[in-house]
Amino acid sequence: MNITRRQLLILLPAAAVAWESVLAATPESSPNYNMTDHWWGMLIDIPKCIGCGNCVRACATENDVPEGHFRTWVERYHVSDWNLTNPEVISPDGGKEGFPAVKDDPDGKYFFVPKLCNQCADSPCTQVCPVGATFISPDGVVLIDQKYCLGCAYCVQACPYGCRYIHPEKKVADKCTLCYHRITKGLTTACCENCPTGARQLVDLKNPKDPIHEFLKTHSVQVLKPQMATGAKVFYNALDGSVR
Amino acid sequence: MSVFKDAGHLFRFAGLFVIAFIVFLVIRGYVVPKTFGKYGHYRAAAIGEIAAHPIKYAGHQACESCHTDIVTVKQKGMHAHVNCEACHGALAAHANDPTSVQPAKLDTATLCIRCHSASAARPKDFPQVDAAEHSNGVPCETCHNPHSPAIDAGGAK
Repeated sequence: MNITRRQLLILLPAAAVAWESVLAATPESSPNYNMTDHWWGMLIDIPKCIGCGNCVRACATENDVPEGHFRTWVERYHVSDWNLTNPEVISPDGGKEGFPAVKDDPDGKYFFVPKLCNQCADSPCTQVCPVGATFISPDGVVLIDQKYCLGCAYCVQACPYGCRYIHPEKKVADKCTLCYHRITKGLTTACCENCPTGARQLVDLKNPKDPIHEFLKTHSVQVLKPQMATGAKVFYNALDGSVR
Repeated sequence: MSVFKDAGHLFRFAGLFVIAFIVFLVIRGYVVPKTFGKYGHYRAAAIGEIAAHPIKYAGHQACESCHTDIVTVKQKGMHAHVNCEACHGALAAHANDPTSVQPAKLDTATLCIRCHSASAARPKDFPQVDAAEHSNGVPCETCHNPHSPAIDAGGAK
């Protein structure tokens, strides 16, 4: 095949542009992962949670979460029969080592609520970042570019769920990444992997075979603070009305 | 004379603006990261950097590819859906190098109790025991096989 100099000069930039677009959609470390094929979230099945704290410990180990800070934590609610709107909520050390035992025949009801970043589709935290250091990835995960973050903590204030903190050593914002380094390699998150009762499940809303679609149709599912229109993608099954 | 007789001043000033704008563009080109703005108002390369974080929990699929005997035992019992690392801890290092990295021996006295200690706060249908009353200090694995804990289901030792 003969190519003239003129043709070569046209072809080279075209090939470069084509190669760039091939590289564009794929994070380097996971070559078979296509961001546009996924839209991640999580399902939390409240009646299944036993408050063991496995998720909190697993998250801390997997993500080197600093002591005293939490990317996920578990709250225990006690709702008295006489005061349904003012629950007593405890979360000793984020529920990392479990919860104190409750004697039989309690007044009212008890249940556990695991919390984490809600991976909002319209997240307030990404909107307030002055430098574009936090963003929603094309597969629906709210992430932080820690090399770009100034540590101004606007996002920490903006998150209505209290899911962000300033890392005490790095001095930048930190939060749940939905174990982005795991889900892009076909694994589930550390918290879901280590939940003994299946109370937490990673969901991919763009996967038509994901059981979440059937679950959402057949169960009474809520998100936290729906009135804030954050587009939260952490779905709670059988969530009590007293949970805030 | 024309009203434009002093227009030269304006042209020189405009020239300054053009130079300043070019300087701005050059500095901007150096300062703004290459992948900034590819998908939105952020540095697209950050996505790959976050995805490159090392894994600590290998995932049950990795465990099951070697420990097939345990999979067979687990399948029959109540712990069928409890993943390996939920009790055994983070073992990606062991999965990557099974000979030199060995998992620590587990202490069932603390491990079983994390989930199964009796508390009215736990769901009613979840199996719970008062450890002191239930076994009086006898280790759990004396009677129960942790991989298939029901005694009457053939899972006992």
